[in-house]
Amino acid sequence: MANEVAVLGVGMHPWGKWGRNFVEYGVKAARDALRDAGLEWQDIPFIVGGQTIRNGYPGYVAGATFAQALGWSGAQVASTYGACASGTQAINTARAHILAGLCEVALVVGADAAPKGFFAPAGGARSDDPDWLRFRLLGATNPVYFGLYARRRMELYGATELDFAKVKVKNSMHGSANPNARYKKTYTVDDVLQSPMVSDPLRLLQICATSDGGAALVLSSLEFAKKHTSRPITIAAVSTVTPRYPNTVIEMPNFATDSAVGVGVPDTPFKDSIAKGAYEQAGLGPEDLDLAEVYDLSSALELDWYENIGLCKPGEAERLLNDGATTLGGRVPVNPSGGLGCFGEAVPAQAIAQVCELAWQLRGDASGRQVEGAKVGLTVNQGLFGHGSSVIVKR
Amino acid sequence: MSGAKAQVAAIEGWFRMDPDDPRLLGTQCQACHTYFFPKETLACRNPSCDGTELKEVPLSRRGRLWSFTNNCYPPPAPFVAADPFEPYAVAAVELEEEKMVVLGQVVAGVDVTELAAGIEMELVLDTLFEDDDNEFMIWKWRPVAA
Repeated sequence: MANEVAVLGVGMHPWGKWGRNFVEYGVKAARDALRDAGLEWQDIPFIVGGQTIRNGYPGYVAGATFAQALGWSGAQVASTYGACASGTQAINTARAHILAGLCEVALVVGADAAPKGFFAPAGGARSDDPDWLRFRLLGATNPVYFGLYARRRMELYGATELDFAKVKVKNSMHGSANPNARYKKTYTVDDVLQSPMVSDPLRLLQICATSDGGAALVLSSLEFAKKHTSRPITIAAVSTVTPRYPNTVIEMPNFATDSAVGVGVPDTPFKDSIAKGAYEQAGLGPEDLDLAEVYDLSSALELDWYENIGLCKPGEAERLLNDGATTLGGRVPVNPSGGLGCFGEAVPAQAIAQVCELAWQLRGDASGRQVEGAKVGLTVNQGLFGHGSSVIVKR
Repeated sequence: MSGAKAQVAAIEGWFRMDPDDPRLLGTQCQACHTYFFPKETLACRNPSCDGTELKEVPLSRRGRLWSFTNNCYPPPAPFVAADPFEPYAVAAVELEEEKMVVLGQVVAGVDVTELAAGIEMELVLDTLFEDDDNEFMIWKWRPVAA
């Protein structure tokens, strides 16, 4: 209890390819979250923005950009960056301020407007930037890394293209009723397996798109929440761990793993350590979860996460999927929102959107995709350059 | 085709431009013996080691395939894609002595259907892209059996 904060309000701008400025998406999400919390913008003493690198200077100073758009109010401001984990960095910054007693309530906002096609590095020739170099020297797009992980599952555990396709089919069914999802079409296994190959064994429909979208949260102290809501949802843990040396799994944007010559590999690999950090903070374990929102940058990657967050042992994710355990109505539905497969990625908004979904689920407000009686949910994601990201939400 | 052009490394200092024995150039901590690629020169990154002497070393030329994939579509700039674009494979190769996995393109003409985890791969030099004067060289992986 000591380290918990309340989720007082949630809001989103629907994901899509709207072609407008990211500020508009963030402001819409922020206003919705404030309305949901029953608060006015001028009641908010602290705003945190998740930064985007794709929208010029206003993106780097996202917190102030949103504050200006909402109307300068003299609030304290912060902006955070952790690649795909930027949203969790923003949540954790707000949480820390609240827990330290520096403020009672805070607004967290992330939004992005993404270009069409592959994510590419920021402009300019930079031979000392691994993100620039991986494109220049290898053509190592994000799907190349996803393809390496997917093939590794096939080689290690006998996973098949059909297994990966079934993840997409499941998530498309989940997201079909989500008003904030970009893709609401339900796909069949044949649709998925007939879509064009991008990075073998991953096809177009198994790789998440890049999207426009915005998400926001109003967080507060538990004391403050008591005065404002009769059905508090709380954040019980936020894990933002880095890897431990040596990280022996190849990660974006690296050319090589760490070497395990000087010191043995850690007991808990990086991706396992992300949720573990959250479980330890919350005093909970995977057996306590009613649902999870995991970062399905590819359909195959969702299966890795099942194991990384402890839903099953390594090599058992395909069975968990095929048994229906992770489908709505199953033991522990994964990505009831539809996940990235239905949203596409709006980088600094995505980890915040995962928490929005858990809040709606735990309040019983997830119409058409409700996990009945959900009490505990976990989000997990990872930002390149070593950013773990996991949040546990409970009621 | 490009015989008259000068062959230059696409990036300076990352590999040895010796067609008979091409090697990636890393560094090794002289205290704990851990390896780094690309080269770390500042200090050892093993948090249990306070070594600061990092010596340049050539990495093993051969390793085992850890995983692989391909690019069916041209990657975006700053990659310089040939026109017309030919899909190419990308390999992650595990070096036994260095206990690390290193990425690289796979030489042209090797399809993913010819690859399997565990097969032995060898480092070669090949063209990354060309301009009017130069052929920019890069390391690539090639199945030893091929």
